[in-house]
Amino acid sequence: MNAQKQLLESGEVARVIGWKKGDFCFDPSPASFETVEELKDFVYDYFCGANLSKYLIQMSKKEGKTAVFLKPCDTYSFNQLVKEHRINRENVYVIAIECLAKLDIEKIKANNVSFVTGVEVVDKEVKVTSIDGEITLNKPDVVLTKCATCNKTHQVKDEEIILHERPIKDVNRFEEVEKLEAMTEEERFAFWREQLSKCIRCNACRNVCPACSCVKCVFDNPASSISAKANDDKFEEQLFHIIRAFHVAGRCTDCGECSRVCPQNIPLHLLNRKFIKDIDGMYGEYQAGETSDGKTPLTSYTEGDVEPKDVFNGEAK
Amino acid sequence: MQRIGVFICWCGSNIAATVDVERVAEVIKDEPGVVFSANYQYMCSENGQQLIKQAIKEHNLTGIVVGACSPRMHEATFRKAAEAAGLNPYLVEIANIREHCSWIHKDMEEATEKAIILVRTAIAKVKLNAPLMAGESPVVKRALVIGGGIAGIQAALDIADAGFEVDIVEKNATIGGRMAQIDKTFPTLDCSACILTPKMVDCAQHEKIDILSYSEVEDVKGFVGNFSVKIRRKARYVDETKCTGCKICMEKCPSKKGLNTFNMGLNTRPAIYIPFAQAIPNVAVIDPEQCLKLKTGKCGICQKFCGVGAIDYEQKDTFIERQYGAIVVATGFKPIALDNFNEYGYADNKDVITSLELERLMNAAGPTNGVLLRPSDGEHPKVVTFIQCVGSRDTSGCGKPYCSKICCMYTAKHAMLIREKYPDTEVHVFYIDVRTPGKNYDEFYRRAVEQYGVDYIKGMVGKVYNENGKLMVQGSNLIDNEQITIESDLVVLATAIEPEPSVRKVATLLTASIDTNNFLTESHAKLRPVESPTAGVYLAGVCQGPKDIPETVSQASACAAKVIGLLVKDKLKTNPCVATPDENMCNGCSQCANVCAYGAITYVDKEFRLGGGKTEIRRVASVNPAVCQGCGACTVTCPSGAMDLKGFSSKQIMSEVETICKK
Amino acid sequence: MQEVKTEKKEFTPNIVAFCCNWCSYAGADLAGSSRLTYPANVKIIRVPCSCRVNPTFVLKAFQQGADGVILCGCHPGDCHYVTGNYYTRRRMATLFSFLNYMGIEKERTRLEWVSAAEGAKFSAVMNDFVKQITELGENKRLTDLRVKEGE
Repeated sequence: MNAQKQLLESGEVARVIGWKKGDFCFDPSPASFETVEELKDFVYDYFCGANLSKYLIQMSKKEGKTAVFLKPCDTYSFNQLVKEHRINRENVYVIAIECLAKLDIEKIKANNVSFVTGVEVVDKEVKVTSIDGEITLNKPDVVLTKCATCNKTHQVKDEEIILHERPIKDVNRFEEVEKLEAMTEEERFAFWREQLSKCIRCNACRNVCPACSCVKCVFDNPASSISAKANDDKFEEQLFHIIRAFHVAGRCTDCGECSRVCPQNIPLHLLNRKFIKDIDGMYGEYQAGETSDGKTPLTSYTEGDVEPKDVFNGEAK
Repeated sequence: MQRIGVFICWCGSNIAATVDVERVAEVIKDEPGVVFSANYQYMCSENGQQLIKQAIKEHNLTGIVVGACSPRMHEATFRKAAEAAGLNPYLVEIANIREHCSWIHKDMEEATEKAIILVRTAIAKVKLNAPLMAGESPVVKRALVIGGGIAGIQAALDIADAGFEVDIVEKNATIGGRMAQIDKTFPTLDCSACILTPKMVDCAQHEKIDILSYSEVEDVKGFVGNFSVKIRRKARYVDETKCTGCKICMEKCPSKKGLNTFNMGLNTRPAIYIPFAQAIPNVAVIDPEQCLKLKTGKCGICQKFCGVGAIDYEQKDTFIERQYGAIVVATGFKPIALDNFNEYGYADNKDVITSLELERLMNAAGPTNGVLLRPSDGEHPKVVTFIQCVGSRDTSGCGKPYCSKICCMYTAKHAMLIREKYPDTEVHVFYIDVRTPGKNYDEFYRRAVEQYGVDYIKGMVGKVYNENGKLMVQGSNLIDNEQITIESDLVVLATAIEPEPSVRKVATLLTASIDTNNFLTESHAKLRPVESPTAGVYLAGVCQGPKDIPETVSQASACAAKVIGLLVKDKLKTNPCVATPDENMCNGCSQCANVCAYGAITYVDKEFRLGGGKTEIRRVASVNPAVCQGCGACTVTCPSGAMDLKGFSSKQIMSEVETICKK
Repeated sequence: MQEVKTEKKEFTPNIVAFCCNWCSYAGADLAGSSRLTYPANVKIIRVPCSCRVNPTFVLKAFQQGADGVILCGCHPGDCHYVTGNYYTRRRMATLFSFLNYMGIEKERTRLEWVSAAEGAKFSAVMNDFVKQITELGENKRLTDLRVKEGE
């Protein structure tokens, strides 16, 4: 894997967005490399789960081309951002990269492992070395939640493609949503109150979300009347996640970054997936980011669309 | 500091009987920002308005709330009063305490409480109102008429007679349209050409009218009063300015086997042709698919014989761009294709023809010089059977669900003309209903039945088939309740009509809405029947719905009146309650344009300062206030809340919500 | 919020109705001029088109103590702005379904098409909605989605 080196050396691109080694084996972070020299810290491994597409909003405006590593799921976000004119497509060189499901360090640590020093993946096994010694874990048990139900394939293929794609899994990503739907209103309310009560409004979900990429967020826009932070108005505090979910409805590609970065482990992706599931059920299957043009479900209509009351009557879920 | 004045109307006893108006005025006095509160018997009266005007001046009010009847009733009245007193009319809000309160509640306590909340809500809104100014946009004093049939011709003549420049864009080589193909017109039986061709000539000679034949609208930009239209002038391979219409080229052309589309393909024409004798412009055109020179490079005979050197095989499509204040769409119709109606045997039998084909067969300038002869063997038909509603009123999905409206009358006309010219010919008509609403229409139909002895059979035809060279028409006679078969020499299908297919492209370019049958939608079915919902676009003729010639001409003249009414203005006042984006927050994501029914939103690249001397170019939305109708669809689609609506801003509505919900 | 209102017997719901200017607001006017009564706890906010109603308005109403929110617009196909209500329908179908997914009673939200001629329908719809919300009781969930019990 040396496409990044060739591209920088030949001058075809001015920078490469990828991942840089962290202090530990499990914390690589997104980084921009501008010289071959800097590439010595480049890394791509089972902990490179971050979706790099959002960085292109700023990077593609810069002088010279930007090369970017995109995993299959990231290409949907990329397409969606191109559709919304947020990424200058001509200025981007996409390196489509295999994924093979990323690991969740929290899930690994949950197996009574501390101070992980190394991880090796062989097929469905994960060999973890730590100061306590070495243990072998079942890989499906320790992948990121977003990877567990992923069946995404590369949507950007015009440029560099590296290696094979994962076979498409037969997974039902709506299983959790369906469980919630099967509950009573009271139970659902209790579930979400419990979950949302954990929110500390750190804005990590907002900052990482490729769909939440507004120049200025509506929650920071005084004219929207939903940004008030005065003590007597809990509006923003209480309804932040509902509004956020609605704002990305029809645009969310289900990349799962919101849940990955939430420090409180709120299953935020289950909010977005409800919209995705409803939209599929009411208006026909739609996958945001599959193409980089066309309208979204909430900016289109048909004359015979389902009435809101029939959504409940006919359970058009 | 806000200085709000509140005016509570009694509306005689309409409000005062159920709402304690004095108490409302009293309670409201203590609302923050309210400096004046009064009640009066009839606020809308001269005296009531005077009270408002005086208060505005005396108390230097920054906004007023009138608690009265529905804003749909008197908002304009109170806005005018405010304006007269020097207050911006958009700083007026109405609390509807009549229709939404006193008239529907019986309990005085309850109604008074509600009235107070409604007035408070209006106060909360008016505090956030901004003074708005109606914008102005200039009007280009030139109209475009798309389509040169009778609708387009009539509209163009009327507009031009009022002194405005008009361009007619016609996709065919001549104007005249469908009416030029028709032989006689009901209910008077005038010769169609005799009444149409003088109007065509009038168009050609009118100094204000420019006919752009063999041309199509390629692109439309702009908005009411200020459209910019790109027109493709298709290559006709003949210099329009030189050709004299002498027709020598037509005589000499060796490639004579092209279908004569003007005669519905019933005979042939040369590769270079003038569609018909009275064509306007009377200029030849070459069919590039048929011309030997253009296809093979060998020939050039017409060029050799053309005395004025008008033939130009090198001619290419050219484009012109012109500005218009108004656009009339008059794209007309065509009979539907009969592919879905095999039961009538149209494709298999030469002697099964459509009504429009019959028009050409009966026309003195047609392929048979007006003598009715069967297409198969050139014999006089002795039995002619007409079948009505072919593809009309068809809910099976094969045809059109609507009534084509003209078929009953033209079938009666055809039947009558055949019986008159050839009294020995038997004429049968199968019909579902005979519809004759129109001046002298029913009398006309009755003449066909009573005077000319046309045999009308109520019932539908099951099939038409050929048996030993005879056309057998099998149908039901519902009156006698029997199945019948009529041996016929000629079968004429009253084929449904549909909008000319090119209308879809035109509608898209104009952002004019179109219904499921491809008819253009009028702004209001009853009260604005000639206006498209897109301001500045008007509809004439069958493009809007099936209609006959008198109706088409009426609608065309109505269109012209609307266009003239627009073009006489130098400037248009625009509704100030329009969407407006905050560029600092706009992502340029295009979602708002996706939901705009009017095409009012475009995107521009703008430079923004980032601080530290840096700048950044960003794509941002731009709303054309002359086009925006102020629905607000875009405001909700905008994820960042950059798009807002003047007069109904998010802040204003949120403030109303809060006031209502405050317990 | 007054304590007495939580008692079922005396509970009178507070209802916000968003009405489009061209059809439903006129329908409400017609209900008025036809003297077709409905409870006084329905308060109407006039918007140019139902498509002007942002989900945040609906949420704000609930959060501020509304017990029910209803949107009224022109019938599909009759929108004064040609297509506005079609977008409303999609937005509200997904929003209402989502709110129910969060545990908000589905009866609290409603979208109705009321033409300018349907004064009787307007009145009937409001009577029915008020009855429905009265039976349902006070809205608490959206006012305290984040606040745990006992806090």
